[in-house]
Amino acid sequence: MTNAGPHIVIVGAGQAGLQAAEALRSSSFDGQITLVGNEPHAPYHRPPLSKAWLTGELDAGQLTIRDTSVLVRKKIDFHPAVSVSAIDVDARTVLLGDGNRLNYTGLVLATGASPRPLPLSEGVGDAVRMLRSREDADQIAQGLKDCIQRGLPLVVIGGGFIGLEITASARKLGVPVTILEAAPRLLERALTCDMSRWYADLHSSRGAELIFDARIIKIAPSADGITEIHLNDGRSLQAGLVVAGIGVRPNDALARAAGIACDNGIVVDECGRTSNPDVVAAGDCTVRRLSDGTMLRLESVQNAVEQGRSAALALLGIEQPFLGTPWFWSDQYDKKLQIAGLSRGADAQAIRGDMAGNSFSVFHFRADRLIAVDSINAAKDHMVARQLIAGQISPTVEQVRDSSFNLATLRARPN
Amino acid sequence: MQAAVANGVDGIVAECGGSCVCATCHVYVEPERFGEVPPATEDELELLDGVKAERRHNSRLSCQIKAAPGLTGITVTIPECQT
Repeated sequence: MTNAGPHIVIVGAGQAGLQAAEALRSSSFDGQITLVGNEPHAPYHRPPLSKAWLTGELDAGQLTIRDTSVLVRKKIDFHPAVSVSAIDVDARTVLLGDGNRLNYTGLVLATGASPRPLPLSEGVGDAVRMLRSREDADQIAQGLKDCIQRGLPLVVIGGGFIGLEITASARKLGVPVTILEAAPRLLERALTCDMSRWYADLHSSRGAELIFDARIIKIAPSADGITEIHLNDGRSLQAGLVVAGIGVRPNDALARAAGIACDNGIVVDECGRTSNPDVVAAGDCTVRRLSDGTMLRLESVQNAVEQGRSAALALLGIEQPFLGTPWFWSDQYDKKLQIAGLSRGADAQAIRGDMAGNSFSVFHFRADRLIAVDSINAAKDHMVARQLIAGQISPTVEQVRDSSFNLATLRARPN
Repeated sequence: MQAAVANGVDGIVAECGGSCVCATCHVYVEPERFGEVPPATEDELELLDGVKAERRHNSRLSCQIKAAPGLTGITVTIPECQT
């Protein structure tokens, strides 16, 4: 597969890889584009895998981001179900799992992330499931069906977003759920104590059982499909299905082996450039070095989309840094969480609306400056927050608390 | 939105895949037929407050417009930008 002209190879056909490919086509690039994905599907939306896909409310067409025919039309040479075994940055070649070699003039790494394996799950085979791919989700969906049929519960290990979304889906289907969380509260890394309590109340009210400070000492699968989980306090739980969601690890092994700088992710700048001038990276596999030297890892669709584009354009010498306000969402039951900004380092909070009601937002400040807003069923607050944070405009605590005050009046007029 | 995204129409970003959380599938519905489209929910109206391009009276989020026989032939226009 040698070609004399410009050839950009994209490794990873998720959201970031797809966006990179399309950004190249939408810009001036008319060379060859090869998109290599290790999954057997055309690029698809991952967020629904823990939600509507599990509950059967979505069909395959709705899960797909782009039909293969669209990729053909855009002259994106798409290779599904092909792994990449090595990159040679000196020879500028990518070695594929099927033995083929691709020469590139530019390379985009969009290899994603993988669920962190549960330490005690070694040797238990499929008894502990994790969720990343469509196949994972299909197996979990089947496991939930079996739970319903046999009247067995689901045990979720890890009270993070994935675990809680799966819990909500399972409860919707009527499956009993117990969540085991090692920390004293849910979503510890993402949310404040108040919000953690709010989520705990939400899941309890929908019938999920929560066990905090859980220490698992043994996971024992049995031939009849029931898995027993033993805790250090003497309790043991029986499960028809066990799903662990305890975080992800960026897939940076290929890059590291190729000598590209990695630090818990492929290190990139705000344009997705790596330590190698011919290689850019985007999405969950990356870690961004900020101007103050700190490292930032974002795992979100927005990051995949925006960084995918920035990275592709950077290969063409076009600077279009991704500097937008990070945002993220999580749907659980009928509650929509939207997070704008990054709350780490916050020193004060103010609540808009009523946490006991249906709709509210937590505004986070650092040194009186608004840095992040977590909204529950409050889309308006979220949208204003994104604009305020991007414009570095901070409301006062009083303005936040006064729900009759229109925060939108503070924002700079869009140009 | 689904139709636009699946067919790779540039200009419909739809970051959230149709969950009505991101406001990146903004369109202008042809004014003459705007009334035929089922009205927006409060959630959608709140998100429309934050769209990047100019919000007009015929602004909608395309993920909230379900294709239906009654809407056959309707034209929507894509704004200048979504993000």
